[in-house]
Amino acid sequence: MDNSSPARSDLLRVNKLTKAYAAGDARVVALDGVDFAAASGEFVVILGPSGSGKSTFLNLIGGLDTATSGQAWFRDWQITGADDSGLTRYRRRHVGFVFQFYNLVPSLTARENVQLVTEIAANPMAPAEALAMVDMADRMDHFPAQLSGGEQQRVAIARAIAKRPDILLCDEPTGALDSKTGIVVLEALTRINAELGTTTLVITHNAAIRTIAHRVVSFADGKIAAVDTNAERQAAASVRW
Amino acid sequence: MVSGLHALHRKLLRELVRLWAQVFAIALVMAAGVATLLIGVGTYQSLERTRDAYYQSHHLANVFATVTRAPRSMLTKIGAMDGVLAVDGRISKVALADIEGVEQPASVRLISLPPQQTGTLNRLYLRSGRLPEVANHFEAVVSEIFAKAHGFREGSQFGVIVNGARREVTITGIALAPDYLYAIAPGEMTPNSGRFGILWVPERTLAAAYDLVGAFNAVSVQLAPGISEDAVIAGLDQLLDPFGAQGAYGRDQLTSHAYLNAELQQLRSMSEVLPPVFLLVAAFLVNMTLTRLIALEREQIGLLKAIGYSGRAIAWHYVEFVLLIGVIGLAIGVSFGIWAGNALTEMYTRFYSFPVLVFSREPALYAISGGITLAAAVAGAIRAVRAAATLPPAVAMSPPPPPTYRRHGARGRLALPLQQTWVMVTRHLLHRPWRSAGGIVGIALSVAVLVGSLWSVGGVEFMIDYSFNRTERQDAIVNFAASKPRAATTEIARLPGVLGVEPFRAVGVEISHAQVTRRIALMGRPATRPLTRILNADLKLVPIPPQGVLLTRSLARILGVGPGDSIDIRLLEGERQRYQLQVAAVVESYLGLGAYMDIAALQALLGDGNRISGVNITIDTLHQAELFAALKRSPSLGHISLQAAALKQFRATMAQNMYVMIAVLVGLAGLIAFGVVYNFARISLSEQGREMASLRVLGFTRGEVSSLLLTEIAILVLLAQPPGWLLGLLIALGSVEGFSSELFSMPLVMGPEVFASASLAVMAAALISGLMVRRRIDHLDLIAVLKTRE
Repeated sequence: MDNSSPARSDLLRVNKLTKAYAAGDARVVALDGVDFAAASGEFVVILGPSGSGKSTFLNLIGGLDTATSGQAWFRDWQITGADDSGLTRYRRRHVGFVFQFYNLVPSLTARENVQLVTEIAANPMAPAEALAMVDMADRMDHFPAQLSGGEQQRVAIARAIAKRPDILLCDEPTGALDSKTGIVVLEALTRINAELGTTTLVITHNAAIRTIAHRVVSFADGKIAAVDTNAERQAAASVRW
Repeated sequence: MVSGLHALHRKLLRELVRLWAQVFAIALVMAAGVATLLIGVGTYQSLERTRDAYYQSHHLANVFATVTRAPRSMLTKIGAMDGVLAVDGRISKVALADIEGVEQPASVRLISLPPQQTGTLNRLYLRSGRLPEVANHFEAVVSEIFAKAHGFREGSQFGVIVNGARREVTITGIALAPDYLYAIAPGEMTPNSGRFGILWVPERTLAAAYDLVGAFNAVSVQLAPGISEDAVIAGLDQLLDPFGAQGAYGRDQLTSHAYLNAELQQLRSMSEVLPPVFLLVAAFLVNMTLTRLIALEREQIGLLKAIGYSGRAIAWHYVEFVLLIGVIGLAIGVSFGIWAGNALTEMYTRFYSFPVLVFSREPALYAISGGITLAAAVAGAIRAVRAAATLPPAVAMSPPPPPTYRRHGARGRLALPLQQTWVMVTRHLLHRPWRSAGGIVGIALSVAVLVGSLWSVGGVEFMIDYSFNRTERQDAIVNFAASKPRAATTEIARLPGVLGVEPFRAVGVEISHAQVTRRIALMGRPATRPLTRILNADLKLVPIPPQGVLLTRSLARILGVGPGDSIDIRLLEGERQRYQLQVAAVVESYLGLGAYMDIAALQALLGDGNRISGVNITIDTLHQAELFAALKRSPSLGHISLQAAALKQFRATMAQNMYVMIAVLVGLAGLIAFGVVYNFARISLSEQGREMASLRVLGFTRGEVSSLLLTEIAILVLLAQPPGWLLGLLIALGSVEGFSSELFSMPLVMGPEVFASASLAVMAAALISGLMVRRRIDHLDLIAVLKTRE
């Protein structure tokens, strides 16, 4: 595995990004003036306890939510200034998402779930190719209900990467899986990062996963508490929890 | 446990508030069922009861007959017939009226009033004033609707041409009579309040005027209960035959009674067809909504069971939920039903002359509508509730397994280049085939209700076109009080403003074939260049043959004859000869039973030279006023029918009755379509909200995601059209069958515009509900949906 950080040509840049919610009479600051940048091809693991702001952060840079203040840029395009249709275009062209609960369409087979994305993407890979990258080539014609949790999550990853996104955002991708299945999923993520050069941000509770990242960002109380660069990345297969 | 039930009730109320839009949509469909039941049955019952009470209290006769002139001594003989309770002989004549300030000639039916009302039949209900007395001047009581149209009160005066002499009539009172609930001038289709009225005049006055002292020309007979009407009619015909009997008939052929009957029939069929449709749809909606609610509350049900609630308590909780929806539906339906029922009753009061008309509010009707509405609601809920009650708590508390989909059809083999969104839509619809089918049936029913009611607009327009433009093309029909020589045609032609004339000879005949006999007016018309035309079912002109007779379709059907067959006729005038005639052709007609032949051939049969009964004329509207003035002064005219006035009245009547009904039906059908589509869409959204949010995250636009749901609705709505059209056609056929009587029939004319407008209306209702649900898709909370497990 390549242990050196990729060259710092920032794909994502975030400046004093803040998100506050009104909760009854109180104002809850979920994200509090975060500064961050991610280089093209970087694999970042984001750690932090529940409510530390990591998911809010991911939703903002993924264009799923709008910030209260601060800016976020994808290359030189400002995410934070975009309207709904701008954000939709951004997600459609540049971002891939993987969630804890897979969110596959139950009425579509694995292949069809991937096709759902390739049909609206500009330069997608073939659905079979995307599924092969996550070792799901032999179960392409199964419906989600016929697949295990790990298999469903790998289909979700294939669906996220089939359009060759610039950024892959994963929110607790192994959260609903046992460790053995989780490792298979992590292997798929690192392989894609290496082979396609997709900038990958993975949110997790699970500190054991930190070893597979170029960089580990720790969130606490809506702020970035620490950033560690792994001098040596480990292969996903060697992770244990 | 009491406090626990309390908590469940609170849950119930909050659930109702949360789902208010769906609840309201279901309640509205139920309300429509309740309302149509109340309006239909309630109005039907009240009209029928009011009518029966009125008939009884004012002694409406059972059998009626007219003669040329019969001595009053015959009344004793009629009274002695088996089964006859009472007999009443009157003088009844149609005369022209000349009312100051009214340009068009009007006519009145003059009916004699016996010196004593007691023991008579068809008694008057005196609304105001007093009965007329035999005096030097001509006193009369006038029918209410006619009086209202001209602003008559006691003391008002107007001219009537009584047996050729103009007499000034003084109104002494305003009255109603059970045999004229509905007063239609002879030869016209609808009552014309201003152009035809009834005047009741003392017998002595009328007898003297028409030279009928000691005689009568109309007789009414009341039958003892359980007596065969046909036997009395036959006996009466036999007794009166020497006196120029025109044929006795029962109440079913009494115009006033027959028209009211047709109205009642319409109300009855409405209350037989519509409420079940609405309640069926409501039950389906309840089933669909509750199934989804219970699926969503699966874990709560498990929890309730885990803490000790019985399956029965949980089942009752959901039954209460649908009962509450039912109660809301009932409340809306009953209020609307009472309001609309009153409005309809008011409409009838304006239309029919009833002394009193009270909208029936019989408790049983409310109990029945309440009972069946709640029963429909609970019936819709049974399956879903049973599933909730029998779910083991441990299973309930674990999340449901993901829905198992499968491929349908031969997509793999055919490899259709179908977009995945289309695949999603079709698989979702096929995943719950019964629900999708239910949705299609619901929408189809609304299309059917629309087709089944909208067609009548075209039907009526067709009838108008048929009657006024294609066949009866004259502007007016001038009926002579008694037949005149053909030269009278020339006299009429010379009147100012008359452009064209066509004489006719009409004679009452008894027409029979095998065992079937009917009394009709045989119409003789000139065969050459006719003003009035006779058409067949294909709207092709049927020339009047020099020999033989043309029969209208309904008469041919009743007699069971076709072209080439022989029929027997017996003249009801003069020597009353019998003839055998050949049916030359069967022709189309929607009003009454009719037969036509060449005027010369008919005159030859009658053997009274070339006498005519009246003249059809076309009028130069510029000289209309002069013509009307001249006609009003003519002493020997009976009734003058004006086509333009008749058409205007016909349209006004239709606007009042049919179009109001159609407007109501269109609203109700829209309600079904809206209710079905809205609930279907809401449930579909509830099931697929998560997938839709996923698609938004994947970069699908709001429009693309909404199109999933809108496509689903569009497929249902499109699939519902053909069965809806077919069902609507059946409803229309049924109502044509239900309406057709010997008095009139309605053509089933249904052009593509009927189907198109029904479909468009349903699609509009579907689109509105679809767009309302779309707003929810636009506001899907992407993050919340994705962060939680379903």
